[in-house]
Amino acid sequence: MDLRTTPEEQKFRDDLAAWLASEVPAYGPPPSTHDWDARRAYDTGWQRKLFEAGYAGINWPKEYGGLDASGVEQLIYFEEIAKANAPYIGVNFVGMLHGGPTIMVEGTEAQKAAHIPRIISGEEVWCQGFSEPVAGSDLANLQTRAERDGDHYVVNGHKIWTSFAHVADYCEMLVRTDPDSSKHGGISWLIMPMDLDGIDIRPLPTLEGEGEFSEVFLEDVRIPVSNLVGKENDGWRVTNVTLRFERGTAFASDMIQLQAFVAKMVETAKKITSDGATAWDDKALRREIGHLSGELESLWAMVKLSVCEAKETGVPGVGASAVKLYYTDIFQRTTELAVRLLGRAGISRSDVMDLPAQHFFARHFNAISTAIAAGTSQIQKNIIGERILGQVKEPKPNPA
Amino acid sequence: MDFQPTEDQKALREGIRSFVEGQLPFDRIPEIEKAGGFDRDLWNEVAEMGVFALRLSENEGGVGLGFSDAVLVFAELGRRLVPGPVVWTHLAAGLVDGAATGETVVGGVDLMGPTPEPVVVEYFDTLDVLLVLRSDGVYRVDPATCEAKPVDVPLDPLTPIHHVTALPEGDKIGDADAAARLRLEGAAIISGVQLGLSEGALELANDYAKERQQFGRPIGGFQAVKHMLAEMFVKQEAARAGAYNAGATLDAPEVADVQKAVSAAKVTAGESAIRNARTGIQVHGGMGFTWEVMAHYYLKRAWVCENMFGTQDEHAEKIATILEAAN
Ligand SMILES: Cc1cc2nc3c(=O)[nH]c(=O)nc-3n(C[C@H](O)[C@H](O)[C@H](O)COP(=O)(O)OP(=O)(O)OC[C@H]3O[C@@H](n4cnc5c(N)ncnc54)[C@H](O)[C@@H]3O)c2cc1C
Repeated sequence: MDLRTTPEEQKFRDDLAAWLASEVPAYGPPPSTHDWDARRAYDTGWQRKLFEAGYAGINWPKEYGGLDASGVEQLIYFEEIAKANAPYIGVNFVGMLHGGPTIMVEGTEAQKAAHIPRIISGEEVWCQGFSEPVAGSDLANLQTRAERDGDHYVVNGHKIWTSFAHVADYCEMLVRTDPDSSKHGGISWLIMPMDLDGIDIRPLPTLEGEGEFSEVFLEDVRIPVSNLVGKENDGWRVTNVTLRFERGTAFASDMIQLQAFVAKMVETAKKITSDGATAWDDKALRREIGHLSGELESLWAMVKLSVCEAKETGVPGVGASAVKLYYTDIFQRTTELAVRLLGRAGISRSDVMDLPAQHFFARHFNAISTAIAAGTSQIQKNIIGERILGQVKEPKPNPA
Repeated sequence: MDFQPTEDQKALREGIRSFVEGQLPFDRIPEIEKAGGFDRDLWNEVAEMGVFALRLSENEGGVGLGFSDAVLVFAELGRRLVPGPVVWTHLAAGLVDGAATGETVVGGVDLMGPTPEPVVVEYFDTLDVLLVLRSDGVYRVDPATCEAKPVDVPLDPLTPIHHVTALPEGDKIGDADAAARLRLEGAAIISGVQLGLSEGALELANDYAKERQQFGRPIGGFQAVKHMLAEMFVKQEAARAGAYNAGATLDAPEVADVQKAVSAAKVTAGESAIRNARTGIQVHGGMGFTWEVMAHYYLKRAWVCENMFGTQDEHAEKIATILEAAN
């Protein structure tokens, strides 16, 4: 147990910090959240900068243009990215964090050549077409059909909550290729170009009034068979590769950014006055903020432990679900405290009197979604209860 | 950086674990309870394992290990509810003759917090030396010179206490910095004990949930129970990360703010110990509310630890002060 960095790790940190210190301010602040074309340009432009500087694909192998960084270097990377307040990964999330990695592991040489270089350099944006109206937590219950017609699959179905669908070039798509097989046995993982005929993307406003995700209707969409990743009907196994990446360190940088959020709360608390005293003069509030900040410190230590453990065992630590649950819980309590702090300024989502209502509520809503997206908190608890603590599984419904 | 316990540390942890499980099977608890919570033989064996001398250098007769090792060891003591003023005696090694070997039993009282009244001292009857932490220094007091009366019913049946009504000043053996330092170290070590309590409470509940059947199946198969256990697991892992972080930061203070790391540990592990103990009782149902099962011992010990070397609230305020200075 040694928290000291080696000279090489320190050099990595110093070089990265110096690069970020010059590039981040020059790149400017993100565009309005409503302007999706501008957001795509901003996010992918930053990805390209990272790539050109050799800082893209932190955990990707070198042969794919990545950094192949050690676990510790990844931690350092996330710390420095947060410290520099660098642009968020944004629309590159799916491609960089699970779509691309899945193709690296499971794709054909042609698929790798077509997509990997373009994802890492910010030319290609991906989305994830897993969930359907009837298949959320029960993902394997998906109904979207793909029927073979010569060298194409003809796809019909309905996807929902597809983040970034409206700005994406490709979609990691799950389809049912064998309706007669078992629930998990007839699924396939396809690369779907988003410009094919028959794809209808209808924005589904979030509770933020935001266009983050859409419904995607698929009518006789013809996808080349060469876009199949892994074997036909072997998609459930491929999906688990994807989900493993998705639940890995995907939230690491958000966790450290929460420390900056806490600093913002302190600053805000000093500005809010009533009865002649500031909110920060309130001992109970100070304690609550201090408590949360202490938990955040432990949360980051939990990530460190899990990353160092993964280095030894080669797989993300058993604690990944615990990290996600703890993060979600702290995130929700922190941001809820922030909006409580706003008082009546908080019934506005525009900044009133210079109080960051917009920012605080955006983070709070984000915190709420974190307990739903990428496997709900209840599902994570099932995983811990059954796979780590060894309790008996839930009764399975009788196979139809 | 490698935040994992090293092979040596894992071996140390295993060694201590099998030692305490062997020496303190749960069915020995009632006997120790009857004997007033202190068992000389067990104490000597803990001393022989090097628990008190752990951080003393080898030429001082110690084992030469650091805080991260100490946190691991004390987690094992906590996990098995080992009684006695183990933390104070460990802190006193090198400061009070005979503490390192356990010959001198050292207890303590921390008067540096915001509300030092009443002065309640654990294991007072057994102490050879009482250390008093005051904001201006560390004082050594002869227990025989104190006025103290035993408290009829201590909260933790394994932690007898006295109310000390007259506490002489004693001999100053350390300055203000030394007192602050001991308190910080004490908080880190206690966070290790609290991690152990979190683990022990979960282990007990998890085993019970596999055995206890209702409605024709093990209760752990019901989500309402399974999710309580999963929440305990999350708390346990948070406590582990916090306590390890405190130990490793004390060992390498150049990497981060030591006070923040230790206070974070005390907050996280303290909450975990209390919450896990309470949830553990809930998982045991009516049985959990009896004296028959071990669940309540974890809750009671958790509250003893909560009130050692600063409460969660106090440490939360320390962190807030650090945040304020940075803002
Ligand atoms: C912001 C956001 C972005 C998303 N982006 C994408 C995306 O890009 N691509 C994509 O494919 N999907 C995406 N999703 C969908 C997300 O993966 C699903 O919403 C999620 O898996 C839950 O499924 P559901 O919404 O159908 O809820 P349901 O499964 O219907 O669950 C409803 C409630 O029941 C609980 N529940 C369900 N089953 C169980 C069980 N077995 N035990 C205990 N409780 C249970 C759930 O925890 C939840 O509280 C996104 C969701 C959000 C919120």
